[in-house]
Amino acid sequence: MNLSKIFIGPEREGAVIPWPLRTFNFAVAFSLVAFVFYFSFRQLASPLGWEPIANYHTMYLQGWLTTIWISVVSLGLSTIIGLFFALARRSRLLLLRYFSVIYIELVRGTPLLVQILIFFYVIAPAFQVENRYLVGILVLCFFEGAYIAEIIRAGIETVGKSQIESARAVGFTRTQTYRYVIFPQALRQSLPPMAGQFVSLIKDSSLLSIIAINEFTQNAKQVNSYTFSTLESYIPLAVGYLILTLPISLWSRWLERRMKYET
Amino acid sequence: MKLKLQQITKRFGDHVVLDKVSLTLEMVKTLVLIGPSGGGKSTLLRVIAGLEYPEAGDVEIDGEKVAFNEDALLKHRRTIGVVFQALNLFPHLTALQNITLPLEKVHGVPSAEARDTAQQILKRLQLDKHSHKKPAELSGGQRQRVAIARAISIKPRLLLFDEPTSALDPEMTAEVLNVIEELREDGLDFILVTHEMGFARLVADHVAVIADGRIVEAGTVEQVFEKPASPQCRDFLARVLKY
Repeated sequence: MNLSKIFIGPEREGAVIPWPLRTFNFAVAFSLVAFVFYFSFRQLASPLGWEPIANYHTMYLQGWLTTIWISVVSLGLSTIIGLFFALARRSRLLLLRYFSVIYIELVRGTPLLVQILIFFYVIAPAFQVENRYLVGILVLCFFEGAYIAEIIRAGIETVGKSQIESARAVGFTRTQTYRYVIFPQALRQSLPPMAGQFVSLIKDSSLLSIIAINEFTQNAKQVNSYTFSTLESYIPLAVGYLILTLPISLWSRWLERRMKYET
Repeated sequence: MKLKLQQITKRFGDHVVLDKVSLTLEMVKTLVLIGPSGGGKSTLLRVIAGLEYPEAGDVEIDGEKVAFNEDALLKHRRTIGVVFQALNLFPHLTALQNITLPLEKVHGVPSAEARDTAQQILKRLQLDKHSHKKPAELSGGQRQRVAIARAISIKPRLLLFDEPTSALDPEMTAEVLNVIEELREDGLDFILVTHEMGFARLVADHVAVIADGRIVEAGTVEQVFEKPASPQCRDFLARVLKY
């Protein structure tokens, strides 16, 4: 009876969990996961050997850094693209609106892998774009941009009609209404899901390896082809991506919680 | 203020909300619009505010005709203060910023001056303690008072109130009505849509009763409340004054 209590949180939803209870339960859960992995890896016929991989640590580092800069650039560009198409979807210029709808549905409905291939082998050569990094970043940005456009559009739509009425009543122009009333509220709404989308972006950049961009995944693939130790080559990838994505995930969660208190 | 409404017609789809509404008042300080819900009084107020385009008709304030196109309406709205039933304020801004933002961005007032103006008005409405709070931290009555503060901060030629107390409990209603009454004593011109009959009688110098998209009765408080001529107005008053 008393023992089971250490696993039960407070009855009221949203109530603060006392820290000893929190730490203890987190540690137990973490240990369980760790144990499953430890147990499984122990059963391997041939144990992991890290020596061949260690020789290539600079390749991992270089790939990891490439993934970081590609992600940072894409993060900015895809946000701009997303913002543009979110607005275009609401534009009174119908051509722009339908162009935006087609783009968003095409991109969200097809695999990134196919998009990269079509862009790289068909569209880019047709327009004489040869730099594979440029092509890679553009595809990635247009891919993520479609999702960000939908996130921002949803954010804009949560801003109530009464807000737009008030903005009109005080005499704001349409542009001012967007700038001072809609955007600040919409972005606040959009930020947590956007942070989640950035996590996806970082992981999705691994697909650029298929057009031989020397990012993290591509370099791991190469190490694999040199050493033939598949598991050892790819395990560092998981760790490397987690180092990048985990802080953003936690930040996203923190934003979500903070927003709940504000409203 | 001199107000002239001529043959104003407004439809939402097939539904005629305002049916050739006409009203001419040579000199009015406080016009109160009353009548049953859905009768068209809020729509009429919104047409006067420049927030709604009528299908036909003219609005003339102080001899100046309101042109119903977006550019002209934008200028028109900037000379008028509007307070809605609720949700007037921008929730991401503090009470103070809610007042200073339109002053700065719409009326080009330098930011220090806008702050001073806003603080003075907030102080006058006994809201100075709350100037740094966001709307979510204010009571309903305080929110409406901040909305009033914002509406008067631009020194409007006309204030429009669209049921400013219908979302409030009686105590908060009283605190908001007190403010409106004070503004009237200051000599501000306004048009008020309300269900508070007692208050309507107290502040109005002209009352118009709107039902089924028409003005069924108009005149001084005494004419409308004591000797209403139209059966619709008598009906309405009998219903609302029953308890």
